[in-house]
Amino acid sequence: MITYKSVTKIFGSGKDAVTALDSINFVVPKGEIVVLLGPSGCGKTTTLRLTNRLETVTQGNIFIENQNIMDINPVELRQRLGYVIQAIGLFPNKTIAENISVVPNLLGWKKDKTGKRVDEMLQLVNLQPDIYRNRYPAELSGGQQQRVGVARGLAADPDILLMDEPFGAIDPINREQIQNEFLKLQAQLKKTIVFVSHDIHEAIKVGDRIALFDKGKLIQYDSPEVILTQPKNKFVADFVGADRALKVLGLITVSEVMNHNPKNLVRADERTEHALKFINDKKFRYGIVINGSIPVGYVTPAMLTYGEGIVLEVTEKYPLFLKEHTSLRDVLSFMLMYDLTAFCVLDDNGNFTGTVTYHDIQHVVKKSYTDEAASDEGAQ
Amino acid sequence: MKKPLGKIYRTLLLAALFIAGIMVERIGLITYLTDPYEYPIILGLLLRHLYLVAVSISFATIIGLAAGIFFTRRRFHRYAGVCMYIIGLGQTIPSLAILALSMSFLGIGTKPAIFALTIYSILPIARNTLAGISAVPPSLLDAGKGMGMTPLRILLEIELPNSMQVILAGFRVALIVNIGTAALSYLIGAGGLGDLIFTGISLMQTEKLLAGAIPVTLMALLADLVCKLLELILISKGLRLTEQNKEAA
Amino acid sequence: MVSGVFQFIANNFPQALYLTGEHVWIVGVALFIAAATGIPLGLYITEHEDIASPIISGANIIMTIPSIALFGIMLPLLSPLNMGLGKIPAIIALILYSQLPIIRNTYTAIKNVPPDLVDAAIGVGMSRWQRLKEVEIPLAAPVIIAGLRTAAVMNIGIAAIAVYIGSGGLGVYIQQGIDRAYPEMILSGALLVSILALIVDGIMALLERAITPEGIKVRKKLMQ
Repeated sequence: MITYKSVTKIFGSGKDAVTALDSINFVVPKGEIVVLLGPSGCGKTTTLRLTNRLETVTQGNIFIENQNIMDINPVELRQRLGYVIQAIGLFPNKTIAENISVVPNLLGWKKDKTGKRVDEMLQLVNLQPDIYRNRYPAELSGGQQQRVGVARGLAADPDILLMDEPFGAIDPINREQIQNEFLKLQAQLKKTIVFVSHDIHEAIKVGDRIALFDKGKLIQYDSPEVILTQPKNKFVADFVGADRALKVLGLITVSEVMNHNPKNLVRADERTEHALKFINDKKFRYGIVINGSIPVGYVTPAMLTYGEGIVLEVTEKYPLFLKEHTSLRDVLSFMLMYDLTAFCVLDDNGNFTGTVTYHDIQHVVKKSYTDEAASDEGAQ
Repeated sequence: MKKPLGKIYRTLLLAALFIAGIMVERIGLITYLTDPYEYPIILGLLLRHLYLVAVSISFATIIGLAAGIFFTRRRFHRYAGVCMYIIGLGQTIPSLAILALSMSFLGIGTKPAIFALTIYSILPIARNTLAGISAVPPSLLDAGKGMGMTPLRILLEIELPNSMQVILAGFRVALIVNIGTAALSYLIGAGGLGDLIFTGISLMQTEKLLAGAIPVTLMALLADLVCKLLELILISKGLRLTEQNKEAA
Repeated sequence: MVSGVFQFIANNFPQALYLTGEHVWIVGVALFIAAATGIPLGLYITEHEDIASPIISGANIIMTIPSIALFGIMLPLLSPLNMGLGKIPAIIALILYSQLPIIRNTYTAIKNVPPDLVDAAIGVGMSRWQRLKEVEIPLAAPVIIAGLRTAAVMNIGIAAIAVYIGSGGLGVYIQQGIDRAYPEMILSGALLVSILALIVDGIMALLERAITPEGIKVRKKLMQ
């Protein structure tokens, strides 16, 4: 757990003084990822660097597990924290193994313990130890180097990890993959992580909480959902983006809104006249066609009126089916792509478990919003 | 284009060596060198020459490295420009002048010679050390410091290894110039192979002249080779690969 | 002692001037010829990469040979031609020594011209010669001059040593001063040679700056 109490940092003096941070207060809970987010110059990197004393606070205190960092020898402090930077900073003159072993060596670990740990770390980041242990950074791609950077940060098994835009130097395709792997890792390791980013998408994806900074002040400190749905002021709303409704949908999965018992089910082998009567009686706008227990498509009254024979013959097939973990933003995207307002959900075994409609999505967005006219200054 | 050129190159080299061999024989160099009376004298001069070089280059390396490292420390960085300029002036002054000046203030013999040689060899090493360390990417230093490396460790494990190529280049220049200048130190009474060269010139004795000039040349060429070997030994493979990547890009 | 030096120079002013002139003459002629051979050679190897490496290595090896040793080796070689002693072997040696800085700097300077500029020049329809004249050489000029500067300063030092093969120049004061144990003479020689070196270095530095195209100067200033 990291506590920032009235932390202020001023660079320079007199006329040239720059207030990088102005009385920051927040707490990083144990085992969570807190993303320090904001535009350039907002103070997020400064906050990180104050934590491992690469910079010194001008005023205020920082506590790690209730111990003031100024009471700890700075070199020891840094050895206790993991540090991963954007430029990756792998030492080109050392092998991958030597790079990862830096902090363990500083801490005086025995050689075989270190060796084993290096292999463990490499496996943790999906790099085969036998191949990569004795390679040099120059022989690795950017993505691989970054993984080694993360491995190096975790090598001494620190409880706390400080990461400064660690995935910034990687191309977008690899970045997504590495972010996913990183999240899987964190689910396993449950480290306390302070993560600096300037990318709202990354922050939403990775953070358990987001601390949004602007010009040295902490503007809002909340979970991603809250920041998206309850931005404190115009700055937050603008930073998060006008499309935050869509961004929120990115955080909600199908399983949270689906209808497990849709009533408008029609059997594929039913005769069209019977199906039509059923739909009209119940005043449904359309019916979902089920073949046994597998959904096939949908039928509208119009299709049933002009068709003959069994329902299956006039069914419009669904172009795709949803999984329970599909995000609602993807669902909305599909709806727009295929001009449909409903999709069926299958579980991992291919069984039909329910439906999601446009109405469901609208409902959940409405539910999570406060009255915007009251909270922001009526912009746009 | 390469193949026939290589052959021409090689043939020319062989021809040159062959002619050189004949000339050398004609001049009586071999007889001179193998004369049992002269032989120990020549050996003595050679050893003296090596002694002058070894001592002065060792001092120069220690001082030069220290100076280079010193001026890259954050606190003293602003003085670096001025100091390097002053030391640079020293390099503009011709080697003979430095030896002569040294003699004027310190007298004759090996001590003033070693003093002059040391002073003259410091600059390339100091300047290259400064340049090399300054060129180490700051992100590496930040990473090292952030991970909890002490300043000494950072120097030994990051800064020096990553500047080794540049530092060795400076060392090589210093060493080769040193060997040549040491030949001049005969003039201020320090002995060395210069004795043979200068005596050979004034007495018009070609065998003496070459008995001095050729070993000095060979010494310099050998030093060059040794430096290349040092490069292989002291420079991490990882850095050589990084260089290759940069060139390919 | 210092006053003794100024006294000496004052007393022997014409001679000092003459020796300085000799010295400058030797270095000047050598530099001129070295530039005349070195710069074209440097330009040539930018187009013929395969011999670039051996040529630069060759020049490097020559530089490795200590100057007094080179003088010594040249003596028996050139004696049959009556050129073993005097200014001529000195000038020849200086020319050889200058080759590396001049060739290498020319080569590197041309190579470092941004390739997009070269492409643009080709695209606009410039011939090889025009390209050199309008684009590459102006951009490479400062570095080439830097090479000449290195060579010049180096040559002043070596020319002082050349006194021992009879080339004259300011080395005379050092040589005779040592022979006669005449400290003021030695110091005069050393001082004059050093001052000459510093002046030439300064002039070449100014020349370097003068030749830098305005655009690059502005860019450098902005980058600081």
